[in-house]
Amino acid sequence: MNPSGERPILEARGLTRRFGGLVAVNNFSFSVHEGAIHGLIGPNGAGKTTTFNVISGFYAPTAGQVLFRGLDISGRKTSALAAMGLVRTFQGSTLFQEFSVLDNVRVGRHLGARAGFIGRLIGTDRLSERAADAKAMETLDFFGLQELAGEPVSNLPHGHQRMLGMAVALAAEPRVLLLDEPFTGMNPEETRRMMALVRRIRDRGVTIILVEHDMQAVMNLCDIITVMNFGALLVEGAPEMVRNDPAVIEAYLGSTDGAGHAS
Amino acid sequence: MSTAGPAGSIRRAVWRLRWVFLFAILAALPYMLSYSQQEIAVLLVINVLLVCSYRLLTLTGEWSLGHVVIMGVGAYASALLAKQFGIPVPLSMLLGGCMAAAIAALLSFPLFRMKGFYFLIGSFAAGEIIRLIWKRFTDPFGGPKGLKRIDPFPDIETGFLSIDFYEPVNYYFLSLVVVSVSLFILYRIERSRIGLTFHAIHWQDRLAESVGVDTFRYRTLAFVIASFFAGIAGGLYAHYVGAVNPTRFSVDQMVYVLVWAVVGGTTTFHGPILGVVVLTVINEIVLRALGLDTARPLIYGAILILSVLYLPHGLESLGPRLRTRWQLWRSGSAAGGRELA
Repeated sequence: MNPSGERPILEARGLTRRFGGLVAVNNFSFSVHEGAIHGLIGPNGAGKTTTFNVISGFYAPTAGQVLFRGLDISGRKTSALAAMGLVRTFQGSTLFQEFSVLDNVRVGRHLGARAGFIGRLIGTDRLSERAADAKAMETLDFFGLQELAGEPVSNLPHGHQRMLGMAVALAAEPRVLLLDEPFTGMNPEETRRMMALVRRIRDRGVTIILVEHDMQAVMNLCDIITVMNFGALLVEGAPEMVRNDPAVIEAYLGSTDGAGHAS
Repeated sequence: MSTAGPAGSIRRAVWRLRWVFLFAILAALPYMLSYSQQEIAVLLVINVLLVCSYRLLTLTGEWSLGHVVIMGVGAYASALLAKQFGIPVPLSMLLGGCMAAAIAALLSFPLFRMKGFYFLIGSFAAGEIIRLIWKRFTDPFGGPKGLKRIDPFPDIETGFLSIDFYEPVNYYFLSLVVVSVSLFILYRIERSRIGLTFHAIHWQDRLAESVGVDTFRYRTLAFVIASFFAGIAGGLYAHYVGAVNPTRFSVDQMVYVLVWAVVGGTTTFHGPILGVVVLTVINEIVLRALGLDTARPLIYGAILILSVLYLPHGLESLGPRLRTRWQLWRSGSAAGGRELA
């Protein structure tokens, strides 16, 4: 699937992030290949979310590097990363709740709809805005939300809000999409539909990295899984391999010896 | 639908008529007022620009306590440019606006490291520093006494037309033109994608940032635009009153701007305008008639509390609320009528 020797699209090298005395991520390295659906999992407190926030520019790393297409991007602003094609989503329904569905996706077109200040003032941005609106509608169409374009977001059910969150990110035309717990709080049917959407986004040429707790979804969806524990790399490999790895089972369930002693 | 066309054009005609009506009232207004009321009308028009420019900043979710000081920057700059360098007053006003914008751009670097309450306090501190500079440096700012005998707006003298801007009526029309143009620009900015981006930053700055919005740059942009127009308002003020001093731009004055904005409401473009107009009318006509105008801070405080309690969405929400109540009442009475039949 990933011919070895090909340069990874995203890479973390010796990534470390401390909060005071707490080492949330400790000398963690992993690489993501173009076109993959790459899962990042681990028990609570393993440092997944911190890793995610460092990669997406919310925190600067204490040590180590993040490389995007071979370029060191550690510590750059989130908006600058988005302009390079690295876009993240958020947990839950982090949306512009006061906007209509369409306006949410229009904000997502921020980078695509270029115009100068004077142009905006006198209305010569009309062409680029029309193109942005068309693209926004096309994105809504992709998620099956086009009928709801005029609705206020607060009227949308939870599952639709989650899809809209992904639509906003996709409207920014990412090369790498970081999904933060995309299946949390969804029923099995919604999860199944969301998984199909994630695959279709990948088929459009977007590389996907996701942090997720729903093991079944992760195992079914991902091509490769990286398991973190105590801020460091535990195991990396294909789903079947990770599923049966004793170290992973121990990290999630505690050591079987320990369980024996306890009982 | 065949009726859509004519109905639409009728609506458009009504809409246009409304504007014609508004400008007719604004044009007739000074001739219905006494001399001192005309002077108040000039200040009211200037204050409309001040509070509307303030609203643009609040679109990004940040409330500043330094806006009146920024207005003062425009006033001082325009006055000094005219006094010391002999720059013609219309140009000095424009440069005063630019100066206010430049100061705002500089202040952005420390201030937009903060958000919410911290920004509020930070903007207050920044404003006080500027006021201290005016007080401390007698040359060129005139110290605590400020600047006096500021050059007036030049008279227009052509063969058949002569306009003396010392007359409040004439200065009223000058301000009206400047403020109308400014409001139009502010409105266009809000209706464009720039306005959408400001709102987006207000509601979810992290999400906006994640799709490529440089939130620092856009917050700065809002602050700079708002400050430019506050500076223009300051220039209009300085060359009308003829004197400025640090006390005129103190935080007390800022509180009035806040009260206008909160009582009027900041959701719509016209909300703050309603606020400043209604409160000025209450203050200058009702209170003065009752001889209570010295109790202005007290009355303003009471109005603020009452409006937060009973009209939390501001005067701007009054129109739509009355309309829905009227429709409910009408449909209710229609239903009652049917039941009787």
